[in-house]
Amino acid sequence: MTDKKSHPSLLGATLAIVQKDLAAEFRSRELFSAMLVFSLLVIIIFNFALELDIDVRRTVAAGVLWTTFAFAGTLGLNRSMAVEKDRGCMDGLLLAPVDRSAIFFGKAISNLVFMLIVEAIVLPVYALLYDEMRIFQPGFLGVILLGSIGYIGVGTLLSTMSVQTRMREVLLPILLFPVAIPVLLAAVKASNGILTGAEWAEIVTPINILILYDVVFLAVPYMFFDAVVEE
Amino acid sequence: MIEVRKLVKRFGLKTVLRGLDFTVQPGEFVALLGPNGAGKTTFLRILASLSRPSLGEVRVAGYSLPNEAAQVRARLGVVSHMPLLYPDLTAEENLRFYARMYGLEDQSARVTEVLEMVGLEKRRGDLVRTFSRGMQQRLAIGRAVIHDPEVMLFDEPYTGLDQDASEMLDEVLKSVAARGRTVVMTSHDLARAEDLATRFDILSRGVIAASTNQAELKNTNLLAYYKQALAD
Repeated sequence: MTDKKSHPSLLGATLAIVQKDLAAEFRSRELFSAMLVFSLLVIIIFNFALELDIDVRRTVAAGVLWTTFAFAGTLGLNRSMAVEKDRGCMDGLLLAPVDRSAIFFGKAISNLVFMLIVEAIVLPVYALLYDEMRIFQPGFLGVILLGSIGYIGVGTLLSTMSVQTRMREVLLPILLFPVAIPVLLAAVKASNGILTGAEWAEIVTPINILILYDVVFLAVPYMFFDAVVEE
Repeated sequence: MIEVRKLVKRFGLKTVLRGLDFTVQPGEFVALLGPNGAGKTTFLRILASLSRPSLGEVRVAGYSLPNEAAQVRARLGVVSHMPLLYPDLTAEENLRFYARMYGLEDQSARVTEVLEMVGLEKRRGDLVRTFSRGMQQRLAIGRAVIHDPEVMLFDEPYTGLDQDASEMLDEVLKSVAARGRTVVMTSHDLARAEDLATRFDILSRGVIAASTNQAELKNTNLLAYYKQALAD
């Protein structure tokens, strides 16, 4: 039979989902507010908890930041998929005649945008509270970007699975944190290396791990997302 | 338009559909009736390509499931008791989003046409979360017909609607069916099903236990037929 119906491209469907998510979120600000408030609270609590000398503070900077981003990101991932599931909208997406990996890429890009906006606000606050202006160097920001892509990539995939269950809020961190350990460790090591002025040879391995992780967790959903959302 | 042969669906050890056979001709409006747990929603989800059959053959609009699911989805509209709409988007934004997901070319004209069809053109700029349940369900039908599908699946579309909203939905459903679309609707509202559908299939214990049509129902009513079918 001749297929006369048009089908949107992977890129077209991905952009439609991103635009939809951004429009809905900038109107409600539910997800963004939760992530931002949580992040700022963590940064402030660490500020009081780590009343240490300046050198010690510098050594823990990467750990504090990535702990904050990881937990805030998990909040956002849970909320982002719950919006689709609670009103049956995931079925609406699955019913569209598009490559289903467009749903993954659309949700992942939206989640990444929200996480990057939160990071863009948290980093200056961190710099002020901790008197740490070196976090604005391009290398450090590049590691933040690479780490965020990897974390959101694997997080979006796992949140698609966990949202199908009744214990989704609990299940996502339980599934996500063990799988995300390589990306979080590599991100902390690379960030710390850049902040302490380490040699390139010390930093290149964790950066390579980050790049590899990003590629793997963008390629795997492209191939298998259909099976993940299938009943 | 829809051909199902020996369909079996299992969830673990539980078998929900047990060798179900089902055929719908183009333009037919079939009411799929049955008690809770009979497998109506599971069956509709398989027809909608949202669930894979365990065994059996399913063809919709000439395409086989699950292998040609994208072609089937392009020809299929689904309305369930959930609206599948985003509350923080306006009615127009919701329809425009789905128009993009279906790759429609003249999206603005089609969105306006659909909003007029479901009687929501004056509320096109309002957020869906401000809509009543009845308005959301009408918009849900608009979402489902945005790509002018050949086959429509309705899964309990009257759930949660009051009398006025149900009557409005009747009119929208009639206009959807009047365009020659093939419709399969599950419902517990036998009076409404009798009014709307041309054929009535009773799904019980995972198979079609009985089937009749408007002409054969002249000497009895659907409720009596339904009770008899379940008793046999």
